[in-house]
Amino acid sequence: MSEPVKRIKAPVRFDYTVGAGLTLSRFLAALVEGRLVARRCPGCTKVYVPPRGACPTCALPPGEEVVLVGTGTVTTFCIVNVPFEGQTMKLPYVYASVLLDGADIPLLHLVDVPAAQARMGMRVKAEWVPPSERRPTLESIRWFCPTGEPDAPFDAIKEHL
Amino acid sequence: MRDVAVVSFQKRIGNADGLDEVELLAPTIAAALAGAGLARRDVGFTVSGSCDYLGGRPFSFVTVLDAVGAWPPIRESHVEMDGAWALYEAWVALQHGDIDVALVYAFGRPTQGDLNRVLGAQLDPYCVAPLGADALSLEALQARAMIDAGRCTENDLAAAVGRARGEPMEALLAAPYVASPLRAHDRGPIVDGAAAVVLVAGDRARACCARPAWIRGIDHRIEAPALGARDLTRSRSVERAAEGAGVRAGPVDVAEIDAPYSHQEILVRGALGLGASTALNPSGGALAAWPFMVSGLLRIGEAAKHIHAGGAGRAIAHATSGACLQQNLVCVLEAE
Amino acid sequence: MSAARPALTAPYVLEYTYRRSVGPVLGEFLAGLRDARVLGARTAGGRTLVPPAEYDPDTSDATVGLVEVGQSGEVTTWTWIDRPLPPHPLQRPFAWALVKLDGADTAILHAVDAGSAGGMKTGMRVRVRWRSERTGEIADIACFEPEARS
Repeated sequence: MSEPVKRIKAPVRFDYTVGAGLTLSRFLAALVEGRLVARRCPGCTKVYVPPRGACPTCALPPGEEVVLVGTGTVTTFCIVNVPFEGQTMKLPYVYASVLLDGADIPLLHLVDVPAAQARMGMRVKAEWVPPSERRPTLESIRWFCPTGEPDAPFDAIKEHL
Repeated sequence: MRDVAVVSFQKRIGNADGLDEVELLAPTIAAALAGAGLARRDVGFTVSGSCDYLGGRPFSFVTVLDAVGAWPPIRESHVEMDGAWALYEAWVALQHGDIDVALVYAFGRPTQGDLNRVLGAQLDPYCVAPLGADALSLEALQARAMIDAGRCTENDLAAAVGRARGEPMEALLAAPYVASPLRAHDRGPIVDGAAAVVLVAGDRARACCARPAWIRGIDHRIEAPALGARDLTRSRSVERAAEGAGVRAGPVDVAEIDAPYSHQEILVRGALGLGASTALNPSGGALAAWPFMVSGLLRIGEAAKHIHAGGAGRAIAHATSGACLQQNLVCVLEAE
Repeated sequence: MSAARPALTAPYVLEYTYRRSVGPVLGEFLAGLRDARVLGARTAGGRTLVPPAEYDPDTSDATVGLVEVGQSGEVTTWTWIDRPLPPHPLQRPFAWALVKLDGADTAILHAVDAGSAGGMKTGMRVRVRWRSERTGEIADIACFEPEARS
């Protein structure tokens, strides 16, 4: 009897056409127009960006649109040192949880600042890609850049950590 | 044993507008709770059924909690199964006696992928899945085995589909085979869906619903996974689950059978021992519309509806999972 | 819900390059396939399971070793596939079948290269067609073919 087999290759592959749903689709379509459009919960009045199909605390569908200016404050962040497929930023780079002015939850995105200079409370603003390059994806914002304003105090972000 | 009843049921079948799971579910859950006169804070336990492979994203069911409003934090569970099994877990949780209300929901958007091939991923990964076997091919093997054993004819298959879809048999029988003896219509149309059921234990159920549908029995059984080791012409698991649930303890006014393939309806009907006086799948069943992962929970809800409406005194619901009726759940519902 | 802005969709691929360990029972079975032999697992009760199982599905006792079974057997059920799907074992019309090999008490799932639906019949005899280069996987059986063919 020959040597028992130890392992088999068992690859899995499935192709999907995923649907973004109505709420997210509206948000993504606005990104093509260079607009960051959040939604307010009619119950608790919190402003969500990206908006969600229901408020996570109230389970109510989103209410009025709230157009955000695109400035905000870095709450927490990480320094990425590990390369991965599709990366566009040079290592090391900063990935942050940005609390946009007017919103109640932070948005995850890249920050164009040397790693050693990244800090909680740093004020940033969105830098959009040229209009012809905008697509219905958060990559229509290339990244967030420091505005040069003084850092926001810890109190401004402590509830969002 | 505590008495537990289905007091409310809401469904959303089909998704022409392209809603996501939360958008399908949030209004469904809200309506189910409102229908029972309950608020979110009244719910002691929440449990859902769904399958991450429908959208290809692991733990996707966690994001769907937005539809429930999980704040303050809730006691919650999930089964990677049809919502009927989530209901079973809720029923068990209610037996403990520390809570009275459970919310059960199910959802799925199978139209995002090729469900027939995705279901191949649930098969034996060593000797079956590598052959690329798809669900319809395996169901066709069972259908032919039933015909060979004299358990049904192609006409019977067409009759089951015709009843569910209101289509004439001649047209159905004239359609070409996709996997002989099954034709395309022998499988229910794959659709997106969501459903919610509220279970309440004890006296409180009577405050939530004029005619609670009491769960008098619920049982589920599973057979061996190897198709070649099973008798595909009968369903031992349906027979055992039916026995465990006490189907034969009384007359059955309505039976809702979860059979997305025509031959399965015939096989399960026989295994349940239903008589001619039982109304079979008044909802149309899964052969009329098949929202995968919701279908079994729908059968429980649809059966309960007849009791809520006063049209039935005793109803049974069946749910299935796995290839060729590998796993089956049977639930007996009764009016007061 | 507004229909003015329809829902967006995007293609998405889920892919895993899994390698699975097979354990000693399947390891021996797959080695058998590599050697152009079909092995089945013996249960304590005297049945032979093909493909082998680690445990007897009726009693849940461990199976008690592998034995060789025949390379021909009987079709217990089948279905004709006019339009094969990309992952199917054959890319011309073929039959899926459950085949009870001589000496086995359970049937194995595989493809039968019968040429046409008319060439398939429950109860017909088929035999293994081996792949010329075998590596120790279920596809070492390329398919089954009708035994009547020369």
